Amino acid sequence: MKYVINSKSNLQEKVAHGAFFTLGTLNILLVTLICVYLLLAGLPGIIKIGFFDFIFNDTWASTAQNPQFGILPFILTSLYGTLAALLLGMPIGFFCAIYLSFFVSKKLKTFCIGLIDLLSGIPSVIFGFIGMLVLVPFLQELFNLPDGASLLAAILVLALMILPSIIKVSIVALEAVPKQYIEGSLALGANEVETYFKVIVPAAKSGIAAAFVLGVGRAIGEAMAVMMVSGNASNMPALFESVRFLTSAVASEMSYSQGLQKEALFSIALVLFVFILTINASFNFILKRGQRK
Amino acid sequence: MKLKALVSTLLVSCTLFSQAYAFEDKTIATDGSTSMEKFIGILGEDFTNKNDGVKFTYNPTGSGAGIVAVLEGRTDIGLSSRALKTKELEQLNATTVAYDGIILVVNKDNNVSNLTTEQIKDIFTGKITSWKELGYEDRPIVLIGREAGSGTRDGFESATGTKDMCQYRQELTSTGDVLTTVSQNKNAIGYISFAASSKKVKTLNINGVTPSEQSIEEGKYTLQRPFVFVTSKQQKLSDLDQAFVDYVFSEDARKLILKIGVVPASKK
Repeated sequence: MKYVINSKSNLQEKVAHGAFFTLGTLNILLVTLICVYLLLAGLPGIIKIGFFDFIFNDTWASTAQNPQFGILPFILTSLYGTLAALLLGMPIGFFCAIYLSFFVSKKLKTFCIGLIDLLSGIPSVIFGFIGMLVLVPFLQELFNLPDGASLLAAILVLALMILPSIIKVSIVALEAVPKQYIEGSLALGANEVETYFKVIVPAAKSGIAAAFVLGVGRAIGEAMAVMMVSGNASNMPALFESVRFLTSAVASEMSYSQGLQKEALFSIALVLFVFILTINASFNFILKRGQRK
Repeated sequence: MKLKALVSTLLVSCTLFSQAYAFEDKTIATDGSTSMEKFIGILGEDFTNKNDGVKFTYNPTGSGAGIVAVLEGRTDIGLSSRALKTKELEQLNATTVAYDGIILVVNKDNNVSNLTTEQIKDIFTGKITSWKELGYEDRPIVLIGREAGSGTRDGFESATGTKDMCQYRQELTSTGDVLTTVSQNKNAIGYISFAASSKKVKTLNINGVTPSEQSIEEGKYTLQRPFVFVTSKQQKLSDLDQAFVDYVFSEDARKLILKIGVVPASKK
C-alpha cells in the first residue's frame, strides 16, 4: 500500500532530502579531495628522494648545500612519543573514567566533567606555552639537563592533552553497559570492584578501545604543543634529547620552504597520513574480530 | 622677466610631461634573495599603492639567481642579501639599501658580555661547549637556533661562516620563542634580528662593538649583511625603476624598513 502524503510535506521532504544529499556528498567529496591532493603533492618528493632514502635515512638537512631528506628520526620520535604518551595517559584516563562513573556523587561528577570539557577546549598552543614556561625549566632543574626541551617534555604534554578524550569516551562506554549486568553480578555475590573490573569493563571493551584510538589520533597528529616543548632538532629519539616529530617537521619548515624541500614536507605529511590510516584500520579490524567472537 | 617665464614654463611642462608620460614601462620586476622577501614585499606594496597602475613583481629565487637574472636582462632589479664580488661589480651596479643586523642574546644571569668572531664560530660549531671557557660558570652551552629556511638563520650562518655546521639544541620557529627560551635557560645562547632586541635577555657585543643602528650601518658591527639592489651597467634603469630606487631611500620607506627589523641605509 502506498501512503498518500499531502503536497506540502512532500515538498518539505524533497527539500530536506536535497539538503542532506548535497551536504553529505560535499563532505565525502572534500575528504576524497584532501586524500587525492595529499597523494599528488606527497608522491613527487618521495620519488625524487627515493623511498628508502626518505624513510630510512637518519639525516635531515633540508637547506644544506647537499640537502638530505631522511625522516627516520621523525618517524621514530612520533612513534615513541605517541606510545609513551598513551602509556601514561591511558591508565590515568581509564581509572578516572571508572572513578567518575561509579564512585562519585552525581553533583561531583557533573562538576568534574565540566572541568574535563574545559581541559579539552584549551587550544594546543596554550599547552605548548605553559609547557615552555613551566614544564621545560622544571625538567631542566629536576634532571640537571643542559636544556629541558626534550622528548620527555613532549610526552608529558601529550599525555595531558589526550586525557579529556580518553576520559569522556570511556565514561560513555562504561555507562552504556546495561544495568542488569551490574545487578546480576552483585546478586551472584561479586563485590563492587569485582563487578566493575570483571563485568563492566569487558562489556565496555570496544568503547574503551575507541578511546584508545582517539588518543592515538590526537597524540600523533598534534603539532603546535610538541613543537614548542620538544626542541625541534632532528636527532634520533632519546628521552632527554631535543627531538622533532613528523607533525612539527612539517609545521616548522613550511613557511619558508621551496622546491624539493617543500615537496619533501608534503611527503612527510603523506607518511603521517598513512600512519594514521593504518592505525585506524588496524584497530577497526581488531574491534570487528573481537565482536565476532 | 622673459627668462623667468621661460624657466617656469619649462618647469611646468616638465612636471606635466613627467606626470602624463611618467613611467612608460609600468612594471617593476625584481628577482633574487628570499631573505629580502619581507623587505621587498612591504616596500613594493607601499610603492604600488602610491603610484596607480604600477605593477610590481618579485621572484624569490635566491641572491645568486637574482644576480644572474640581471646579467641576462630577465629582470629590472636584482636582489642580493650579500655584498657583490669584485668580478660581479665589473658588469653590475650595486646599491646597498639596507643592513640586516643580527644580535646574539644570552640569559640575563650570564656575565659574558663580549664575544669575538672566532669565539662565535667555535661556539656554534661545537668546539667550545662550556661557558667556563668564556669566563662564566661551568655550564654546558645550549645553542638556540631558528628553523631551516629562516632568513635570520641564513643571515647568521652566512655572516659567521658557519653554514650547515651549527649544532643546535633547539630549532625554534619564531623570535618570540627564542627570546622566551633564552630568558629561561642560563645555558642558552641564541640569535635574533637586531630590531627584535628585548630587555628580557642580554645582548652581546661582538669584537667589542655594541650593536646599534649606527654601528651596523657603519659596518663596525660585523654580524650583519647588506641588502643590495643589483642593476645592469649596460642598460640604464627605466624612470619607473629609478623612481622606486629613490623611493626606497625616502623617509616613508625608512619607517617601513625599520618596522620589519632592518636598518635602512643612507644614499651614497
